Amino acid sequence: MNRFVLPLAAFALLLIVLIVGLRHAPEKGVIVSPLLGKSAPQFTLPDLLDEQNQLRTDALRGHWSLVNVWGTWCEECRVEHATLLQIKQQGRVPIIGIDWKDDDAQARSWLSEMGNPYDHVGADREGRVAIDWGVYGAPESFLVNPAGTVVYKHVGALSPQIWAQEFLPHLL
Amino acid sequence: MKAPALLAIGLLAWASFALAVDSTPPLSNPVLQQRYLALTHELRCMQCQNEALADSPVGLASDLRRDVRELLQAGQSDDQIRDHMVARYGEFILLRPRMNWRNAWLWSAPAVFMLIGVIIAVRVLRDRRRRVDIDELDADVEPSER
Repeated sequence: MNRFVLPLAAFALLLIVLIVGLRHAPEKGVIVSPLLGKSAPQFTLPDLLDEQNQLRTDALRGHWSLVNVWGTWCEECRVEHATLLQIKQQGRVPIIGIDWKDDDAQARSWLSEMGNPYDHVGADREGRVAIDWGVYGAPESFLVNPAGTVVYKHVGALSPQIWAQEFLPHLL
Repeated sequence: MKAPALLAIGLLAWASFALAVDSTPPLSNPVLQQRYLALTHELRCMQCQNEALADSPVGLASDLRRDVRELLQAGQSDDQIRDHMVARYGEFILLRPRMNWRNAWLWSAPAVFMLIGVIIAVRVLRDRRRRVDIDELDADVEPSER
């Protein structure tokens, strides 16, 4: 009898480890950004809609901002676009767009056809700024506080529910 | 005979595809090229996640390979380049994880199991010797006294 106790205990322990592992598995799909709690990366990009102007990190200072990484080649960005327009209409935060490895002309016609939710859009033609932000798949959205610190990141299309549940609480 | 031949042709075709992923010319400095190959094989393609940068045809992987080349040419060490990538994408980008306080228990697991094994072995051997001693004592006893 006694000699079964140790193997059974070991088996029970293994079972607990596996169950805990399985229950946490869904979170493993999303990579936690090392940027959270840190200053937003410095960047300077040509303004997509105004060639004379540049978009810089200063654009994020002194107010909350939503930084949205998108591209016309990204199907999920099309899905998310209506939500961005709604957020724009609410007027809680300015939206800063980073147009990731895109064709400028296509990007401009995308915005004129579907509406422009962005206060500013930077054209990241070589994809360097997106890498500095740790972007690995558009769309990605970052909430940046008035001090310029990245507070929250969402990977994938935004929806009104995600905006209300995951972003708005930070703004209260 | 037919199946192995088909397999060989398939493997050859696949090999040519694998070579075609990184189409950039090698770095002029062979030492840097060697380090470039080593680094791109131990950094993860964040988009496909189970492939190394060196093996992935997606756009982000080729952008990250470009960054590795530029950092090498700027004179950065392998560790500086790893830190550069980790600062952006987290420890997950390293296909060969580094030891830190969060995974230290995992790294120490082999030593712990080894220790447990040694303790069990010592106990079993000591037990067995004691039993042998008792058997010998028993053998010393005169049959008439039993």
